[in-house]
Amino acid sequence: MSASAGNGATVAQRPMPFRADSGLRLKVEQASYAYAATDRSAPKFTLGPATFEAQQRELVAILGPNASGKSTLLKLLAGVLKPLSGRIEVDGKEVGELDLRVRAQRIALVQQESELLFPLRVWEYVLQGRYPYGRRLRFESEEDCLLAGNALAQVGADGLRDRWMDRLSGGEKQRVILARALAQQPALLLLDEPTQHLDIGGKVELLRRLRRLADENRYTVIVVTHELNLAAEFSDRVVLLHKGKSLRTGTPAEVYERDLLEEVFEAPLEVEMRTSGRPRVILRGSH
Amino acid sequence: MRPLTPRRITAICGLLLVVLFGVAVIALRMGAYPISLQDIVMTLFREAIGRRDDIPLEFWQVVFGLRLPRIALGIMVGAALATAGAGFQALLRNPLAEPYVLGVSSGAALGAMLSLMVAPHIVGVIQAGAFVGAAATTATVYFLGRRGGQLHSATLLLAGIISASFLSAAIMFLGTTLSGRDQRGMAFWLMGDLASPPSFHLGWLFLVLLITIGSIYTTSSDLNLILTGEQEARHLGVNVNRVKLVVYIAASLLTGLAVSVGGAIGYVGLLVPHAMRMLFGTDYRLLIPTSAIGGAIIIVVADTLARTVVAPTELPVGAMTALAGAPVFIYLMRRRVR
Repeated sequence: MSASAGNGATVAQRPMPFRADSGLRLKVEQASYAYAATDRSAPKFTLGPATFEAQQRELVAILGPNASGKSTLLKLLAGVLKPLSGRIEVDGKEVGELDLRVRAQRIALVQQESELLFPLRVWEYVLQGRYPYGRRLRFESEEDCLLAGNALAQVGADGLRDRWMDRLSGGEKQRVILARALAQQPALLLLDEPTQHLDIGGKVELLRRLRRLADENRYTVIVVTHELNLAAEFSDRVVLLHKGKSLRTGTPAEVYERDLLEEVFEAPLEVEMRTSGRPRVILRGSH
Repeated sequence: MRPLTPRRITAICGLLLVVLFGVAVIALRMGAYPISLQDIVMTLFREAIGRRDDIPLEFWQVVFGLRLPRIALGIMVGAALATAGAGFQALLRNPLAEPYVLGVSSGAALGAMLSLMVAPHIVGVIQAGAFVGAAATTATVYFLGRRGGQLHSATLLLAGIISASFLSAAIMFLGTTLSGRDQRGMAFWLMGDLASPPSFHLGWLFLVLLITIGSIYTTSSDLNLILTGEQEARHLGVNVNRVKLVVYIAASLLTGLAVSVGGAIGYVGLLVPHAMRMLFGTDYRLLIPTSAIGGAIIIVVADTLARTVVAPTELPVGAMTALAGAPVFIYLMRRRVR
């Protein structure tokens, strides 16, 4: 990986205390949702009421096996889906009531990139993150360029700015997509399985980077992931979902209980508590 | 990092307008009645300063009676078709989308024919019918091209080809009600014919086209984001449904107007936006105006060739654009398949 991985390593080595007093950013109250094939048919999938809060500078991991409702919950937080019941507030404002542009100034959602129809350079892609800050037909200002450049630097992708998007590796692309989200200057940064196509080095590097962004930029970062140990290592809070139900919310140490994880992930697991106060999950019988 | 500025757009469009002017002057000069470049310039100059009496009558008739209206019509038709093509490519997220390939031109032609048969004496009825035909075909192809709730590239093109074939059959069927001479005229018009200017003043057509192209231009920042993915555009604050509605109506109107006055000229909406992308990049804030001017240039050149290469016989202008456009379509399709 790049030299920036080394920078990230120094940040990750210092102890990371749990923070809970730096200002409420996200408040989810009994938010639920149901998917149905048609308006009249019975729901195919239901996400039961979920309740949790996230502060500024917190990194929250939404955990759960496949089809547990993780991405649905993230879409509710992003305002893409409207909750069937309950409320979701960002900085005291209900997400569903925000104007599209105002919402994009407060919430950035990082998903797997869709196929680009025409070739685009990295800097053009990142500048798109400045779209919510102007009129409909807009030309980028010097400030926009500066912020896009800063966003690229923050993710260690400064050297990629003149490359074509379709020529980037998976890890490089992931960083550039993250840079576009940072160019939005959001308060809430949502990521849907950002580690999916990365190798272990790339996964650790990305989580370190997110941790640092949350710390330095006062972002609240919400990450949907399958990675139990990375979530335990880097998150302040975990929301554990199973079959559309929010089973438990709390610090990794509060949520990571052997019986609970074994039931959810249907695998023989062991939970070790490390001296840092963060748990580690291992497959039973694997050592 | 060198973002696009209004100054750069103005400079590039200015350059293209100079090329268009040069092409138009050459087109004025060429034809069965030869006029020297000097005479062309003098004729234009004298007309501009109001000294029409100093212009030889035959010069005035050839320049202002025949060639200039045809060139003006070609400019408008080319601008409309190229802009519609760029709009359809963004709307349908398909680089091969184009009014002719999608069958939208055939829909407009059928609409124009039907309206002409129902109410031939109402001014603008052909244009209205062509717009309805184009809009209905776009909507049909859009819904036929969806698979599992998503637009599917190959399915969309197939839906366009099937629609074009069905609509052409309907046009042929309607054509049987016409006399033999009219049938030949219809066949020529269907391949593109700029020899017969519309019954209304071209200034009206220019005004409507300007407003319609302008309405697409207002969405160009949004289209840049939609091209990277509709969901992503929504997350960045784009009202995707509103943008798609504006582009759908505007592109259908542009196709309807172009077909109603110039026939179904193919591939301009494919050739021109792709050429402009290769020259100036993919940004729609630059692509829309450069495509409009580039479309005008292409049609003026194609029409000049159509009426001179096998003179005194005249070819339909659509034959010239198809000769250039079909290979480009195949090239783009093969590159995409790879």
